Amino acid sequence: MAEERFIARGFHPRSANRTASLRLPPGQYETNDFPVLSAGPTPRTSHSTWDFTIRDLDGHSARWSWDEFEALPRSTPTVDIHCVTKWSKFGTRWEGVSLDTLLEAAAAKGVGSAPFVLASSDGGYTTNLPLEDLTGGKAWVVFGYDGAPLPPEHGGPARLLVPHLYFWKSAKWIRGLQFQRSDSPGFWEQLGYHNRGDPWREQRYRGDP
Amino acid sequence: MQTEDMRLDGNAAGGILREVFAQEMTTALVTCAGCETNAVVGALLEYGHGMGIVLRCPTCSTPVLRIVSATGLLRLDVRGIQLLTISKTG
Repeated sequence: MAEERFIARGFHPRSANRTASLRLPPGQYETNDFPVLSAGPTPRTSHSTWDFTIRDLDGHSARWSWDEFEALPRSTPTVDIHCVTKWSKFGTRWEGVSLDTLLEAAAAKGVGSAPFVLASSDGGYTTNLPLEDLTGGKAWVVFGYDGAPLPPEHGGPARLLVPHLYFWKSAKWIRGLQFQRSDSPGFWEQLGYHNRGDPWREQRYRGDP
Repeated sequence: MQTEDMRLDGNAAGGILREVFAQEMTTALVTCAGCETNAVVGALLEYGHGMGIVLRCPTCSTPVLRIVSATGLLRLDVRGIQLLTISKTG
């Protein structure tokens, strides 16, 4: 009986730890906070001046105003996020528009495709991504977090969300995507951060496998 | 927390810059490539939160100097500096 109680008491924490460790990429720790990291001042862009543009290599573009963007079909992903500074946060809840939806709509407006994309934000931040990391239900432009409008310090009015890559790829204050022929490094990638940034392969810095 | 709450001035980067230039750098004069305004390094706005250090022009917010130290390498992106003037007397 005593042994049974001991096993029962020990089982739950071990189980929880095992679940957490399966969700935690190498070198990461779990946090319940939502740390704010930023390379510059927080832009405060109003909905009336905000727009989102996807541009191709030939100068064709598709543009959405805030109202048009909000009218697009919405998704509500719940995902784990992983910052290269080693914190991970489980089960974050977002609301926004899938990149599949945006890219299909852009293609319908005559915007051509290319193998890479440079995301750009208010404040001058950029980050580069392979197109295949943005398609197939893996990436969104989100404007809601945890049931409320996305706060400016977390990238509002809208940010990119690419949770299967380190979180610096999920550009805050996003305003557009530019198709690229080659993988041209963004703000942190120019300084030696990895061009892809897969947390499960610990691709933190240039030269990591 | 707002990012402005965590902003430091360029004096906070003084240690790493002294390491690179082998002399006191917080009094060196930076001419911003964005707006051509002059500011001493100590008056630049520093955003340094884990991934690296970003020193911005206090007038136009251009990132004048970006520093990442990782995997045994120190990388400095200086394209935001039009001219760096360092006193030889330190």
